[in-house]
Amino acid sequence: MKKEKFGCRISHSEPGPGDGGRTGSWRVKRPVIDLEKCIPAKTKKAACFTCWLFCPDGVITKTIPPTIDYEYCKGCEICAQECPVGAITMVEETVFITEEK
Amino acid sequence: MHIIESGNVAAANGVKLANVKVIAAYPITPQTPLTEKLSEFVDAGEMDAQYIPVESEHSALSVCIAASSTGSRAFTATSANGLLYMNEQLHWAAGARLPIVMCVVNRGIGSPWTVWNDHQDAISQRDTGWIQLYCCDHQQIIDTVIQAFYLAETVSVPVMVCYDGYILSHTYMPFEIPKQADVDKFLPSFKPEYALNPNQPANLNTVTLPDVRPDVRGDMAPGYMEIRHNLHADMRDAIDVVGDIDKKFNQIFGRGENPYIETYRCDAAEFVAVCLGSLSYHLRDVVDILREEGIPVGVAGLRLYRPFPDQAIRDMLADLKGVIVFEKALSYGNQGALFADIKAALYSSKNRPKVHNYILGLGGREIKTAHLVDALRNSCVDTDKVGDTPVWIGLKM
Repeated sequence: MKKEKFGCRISHSEPGPGDGGRTGSWRVKRPVIDLEKCIPAKTKKAACFTCWLFCPDGVITKTIPPTIDYEYCKGCEICAQECPVGAITMVEETVFITEEK
Repeated sequence: MHIIESGNVAAANGVKLANVKVIAAYPITPQTPLTEKLSEFVDAGEMDAQYIPVESEHSALSVCIAASSTGSRAFTATSANGLLYMNEQLHWAAGARLPIVMCVVNRGIGSPWTVWNDHQDAISQRDTGWIQLYCCDHQQIIDTVIQAFYLAETVSVPVMVCYDGYILSHTYMPFEIPKQADVDKFLPSFKPEYALNPNQPANLNTVTLPDVRPDVRGDMAPGYMEIRHNLHADMRDAIDVVGDIDKKFNQIFGRGENPYIETYRCDAAEFVAVCLGSLSYHLRDVVDILREEGIPVGVAGLRLYRPFPDQAIRDMLADLKGVIVFEKALSYGNQGALFADIKAALYSSKNRPKVHNYILGLGGREIKTAHLVDALRNSCVDTDKVGDTPVWIGLKM
């Protein structure tokens, strides 16, 4: 059968960053981690990582300190809700646009 | 081996010979004894398959979609409102390119409730992206079920094997059950083009955006329009595949040779009656009577309805005086669906025949030979008298 340009007849995705497109552009608010409060950042120990565990898009790293990949973070705010020490705040994206200008 | 049994048993034997691995079916009306026979086969250990009874037809096809996605040969069967309840999953199975085979035991659809034969169920699902094959007798049912798996798996498009409720499904007729060794020689094992694999996790049939986009490896992945275009293109290619499979089947089993249109007394015919399903065998009697009267008429039964074999239609019908389409279904507010398709196929022909449309047998209304003789004679004798509007046969008002 003819497949012509594409290798696959159906829509499918495999695990990996960006298979759903650059979803960071969907974001209205950006989660920002306060490293003064963040447990692994403050204690310099591999502890907590609640944000990493709860992130539905897997864009938070399990590192000291944790980092967020804003290329794909959709701004769902789950990390900010779940952080036990309130280290993550949601900041309007417009703030960053102004700053970048 | 020849046996005398019902059309449903013929279909069940075809499924068994095709080594189906997963059968999912809803067991209650409008279901037929076809699936009961399959559950007997599985229970008796005559079939090495999973039989999954489900709570609805929607679930039956969902289970088949899941099974087929893992690379298992899957089968289900339904009728009438059961088929309509599958509608969403019908489109899904076709878009997901899963080679599921389903018997559709053709019945009228409610409301009002009917359990009797017509073709409105399958015709109303003609645009779901499924291949539709129609059978005229029990031998064709068992042969077509076996061929359907070959066809579906070759083009990665699901196939409906349609046969008339009661007229074929519940009546007894002699037919030959092919030898398992011959079927194994004919039907290759199912090698899915893309199957779920725990070693390479993937999400199938994911959301598409209006435009194409690169996949996780950076290769350009097809978008919605490309996937839908390919479904159409592969459906069109399936017309030739149907012919190839028929040739191979004929070499092994000695039956077939009419993959698109089965004709009777069409040589030197000036008029041809066209229809789907067992009605074409009934019309053979009608044609015999009219030939006695000196009317040069034949009958053509379409075996393949989707994809529409329009070239074969043109080759057969383009230069006739009249084509008379008998239909057990209707596109409400317009005309018979087959009638419209036939006219569209003939539109580009130089000498277009007159095309007439008769609607009959809805909800199992008895189709009398005398009525067919009168209708067909009228269309042949006075081609201009019958217009573009469908004429109802057997209507008591």
